Amino acid sequence: MESPRQTTLRTPLGRVRGSGSAKSGTHHWWMQRVTSLALLPLTIWFIVSLATSAGMTHLEAAAWIGHPVNAVLLLALIGLTFHHTASGLQVVLEDYAKPEWVKITSILAVKAICALLALAAALAVLRLAV
Amino acid sequence: MSSTQDANDATMLGRRTDGTQVRRPLSPHLQVYDMMQMTSALSITHRATGIAWSFGAALMVWWLVAAASGPAAFGWVQWFLGSFIGILVLMGVTAAAWFHTLAGVRHLFWDAGYGYDIQTTYKSGRAVLIGTAVLTALTWLALLISW
Repeated sequence: MESPRQTTLRTPLGRVRGSGSAKSGTHHWWMQRVTSLALLPLTIWFIVSLATSAGMTHLEAAAWIGHPVNAVLLLALIGLTFHHTASGLQVVLEDYAKPEWVKITSILAVKAICALLALAAALAVLRLAV
Repeated sequence: MSSTQDANDATMLGRRTDGTQVRRPLSPHLQVYDMMQMTSALSITHRATGIAWSFGAALMVWWLVAAASGPAAFGWVQWFLGSFIGILVLMGVTAAAWFHTLAGVRHLFWDAGYGYDIQTTYKSGRAVLIGTAVLTALTWLALLISW
């Protein structure tokens, strides 16, 4: 018996169960690109700022971090940096970490560490800015 | 052939025309593929510098938290960053950051559909390497002048 002409790449069973694209298949990939675009100017600003003011005293550093413009840019840099870092390290672990439980555990650990580092950095900026 | 332990192995298992199972190589095939071409070497370096920069980001957190904690904590960071090992680490992070930034821009061009032909790939690869060297040197020049 000849099977009917297939017009979709989804399997008949998958269609019956209603599984398939959740319309978010490229979300992780896309967010890596979006965060990288946003990080481009922010990172260059941060590197240039620090490179041209090396050896700041504690008061100078605290004043620089607490300056309203710098504080806002730093908060954006912190959030985007750790979003991008977590998703990048996730892909590396997905490729190389084996067996499966090591993969899942290490990805969760990376996400937890990135979230905590981002919170700590953001709190530090806010303490100096507010 | 024994049963597979890992789901990824399923993609490596094939059958010969006589029906016997055979383990097929995955791409890139490590035995015949020269991993030290500029294309693959830069690809691996992009990952490595991304991982290295993660530690640089942790340094940034230490610096910020120390600045918020007070002069004593800040003194420790400044001492470490100014030490021999600290400067070595910072130089590594600077180079990794510039490489990852420039190679990242190269990736964004690829994502947009440009620069896929071999000549352009090698040209942009060389540009990333030269750019990394120049920008790292300029960053440290600025750093040493302002120190």
